[in-house]
Amino acid sequence: MINALNKTKVTAGKKRELSENAMYAIILVPFLSFFFLFTVLPILSSIVLSFFDYDMVSTPIFTGLENYIRLFTGDSTFMTVFVNTLKFSVITGPLGFLLSFLLAWMINEFHPVLRTILTFLFYAPALVGNAYFIWQILFSGDSFGYANNFLISLGLITEPIQWFKNPEYNMIIIMIIQLWMGMGVSFLSNIAGLQNVNTELYEAGAIDGIRSRWHELWYITLPSMKEILFFSAIMQIQAVFSIGTIVTTLAGYPSVNNSVDTIVSYIADVGTTRYEMGYASTISVILFTVILFFRYVVIALLKLVGKSDSK
Amino acid sequence: MSKMRSQYRRYTRSKAGNVLYFTILTLAGLFSVLPLIYCVITSFKPLDELLIFPPQFFVRRPTWSNYVALPSLLNKLLVPMSRYIFNSLFVALASTFFHIIAASLAAFAFSKSKLKYRKILFLLVQVMLLYNAYTLAVPQYLIFSKLNIIDTYLVYILPAIPSAMGCFLMKQFIDVGVPDALLEAARMDGANVFRVYWQIIMPMVKPAWMTLLLFSFRDMWSIVPAGTVFSEELKTLPQVMSTVTAGGIARTGSSMALTVLLMIPPIIVFMISQSHVIETMSSSGIKE
Repeated sequence: MINALNKTKVTAGKKRELSENAMYAIILVPFLSFFFLFTVLPILSSIVLSFFDYDMVSTPIFTGLENYIRLFTGDSTFMTVFVNTLKFSVITGPLGFLLSFLLAWMINEFHPVLRTILTFLFYAPALVGNAYFIWQILFSGDSFGYANNFLISLGLITEPIQWFKNPEYNMIIIMIIQLWMGMGVSFLSNIAGLQNVNTELYEAGAIDGIRSRWHELWYITLPSMKEILFFSAIMQIQAVFSIGTIVTTLAGYPSVNNSVDTIVSYIADVGTTRYEMGYASTISVILFTVILFFRYVVIALLKLVGKSDSK
Repeated sequence: MSKMRSQYRRYTRSKAGNVLYFTILTLAGLFSVLPLIYCVITSFKPLDELLIFPPQFFVRRPTWSNYVALPSLLNKLLVPMSRYIFNSLFVALASTFFHIIAASLAAFAFSKSKLKYRKILFLLVQVMLLYNAYTLAVPQYLIFSKLNIIDTYLVYILPAIPSAMGCFLMKQFIDVGVPDALLEAARMDGANVFRVYWQIIMPMVKPAWMTLLLFSFRDMWSIVPAGTVFSEELKTLPQVMSTVTAGGIARTGSSMALTVLLMIPPIIVFMISQSHVIETMSSSGIKE
């Protein structure tokens, strides 16, 4: 049938293509116009502001590269928060990505009802909203906190531990909280993505001699999920480089010795309490370039997925 | 349905493996759902149990009093509670609806058209997603005020329409989920872009926009605008939370009760969304 229709296509030809392009252009307009207005324009002005001195009240004063020079040469806090951010990102990013896929993949094995229940369990932190307050109660610094209470009753400690004030524990605790809270988007996208994998591929694979789930995962599931994996990887990058509010809420700003402060919490401090919007923008621009670098790394790594070594 | 299931139970599965999986998942899942359970349990605790030392996870004498106290606490609000509920629902539903339409239309064009600049434009959407939101607040505020939408419903809804994440998600799903050959065939049959969008694209990527529906609703349901809404009659439910929690430790129970009530709509949307994601799955065997 397609063959027969192909002949008419030749005659319909160019004109049709033109009007189709016009229609495609029209359906892009609603999204793109709002996108330029509410996202691109503000980002451009933030980039421009990074070359200015701006206190949000008086007119911005152009200062050239001064903000950038200050950032790289005279700002020791930035270096600290930069390293903290990298630690957070490099650890929770890949872990969150893997976990959100593995959980979705394991859940996918089950009967729809069971699957819905399990999905609900794992998505629950996202449904509670600001669920990290529970960790505040759990790891509260006084002996009322569940963790302290428990450890004291076991006789392991005598004095309550200030969990979020102690540089020995606070970063690891916040990493766990971030992992547990930040999976929502990637996890549900993976759930939906796994439904999209053509089931015939699995049967063909079984006939072709795939005998273990791991083979099946590597040769069939992952390659069919590439686009979705890319999406969830980018969303993980976005999430880990946005860690800020959670740190400020749990450990305060500044945290003890800036032990857990991130670039984002630093930006908020510079902007909100010091009214240095120009400098805050400079830090944002630098953060953005760092993120773009990691985006590039992720793209390179994802190219390896599903690559066959023997077949 | 049962036939579909048997197809899905593939040849590479062992029973022991499944049992092991299930055990691990249930344990991890229980850990994950603990905060939610904690909220529910705490909302039923009487005051003396909230202040008890050492702290107890479970409630010994459950009471409705925290819920019963809510109306009188909320009575002191300037406008009736129902108005806040309406605002939250209206804002969440309207922005979710327009966002899904705009994002999926654009994603369709990005994925399947041959427009000249589509690749660079999509890259822009994808990359802008990664810019830190904090410093954007000031320029956005200026734009809102230029557009005269400060202190209206529009200041909630309009900025939510072009959320880059939604467009990105839809584009990825259309890329994998809709084969070009199918669109070619539809085009030969004389279907125009809008018909293809409505009758082929959207049904085929239903899991994607059902998931997006949940993301968007959840975000918008809990939105607290940063200084762009002042009128009490335009405020949303999360903004009322602070009036209840302001009462200090004595109101812990009631604020927990309100937290529990606020969770219900997203949970309902979750149920709707996931049931459709799975329903589509069971019919995916007949895809193409």
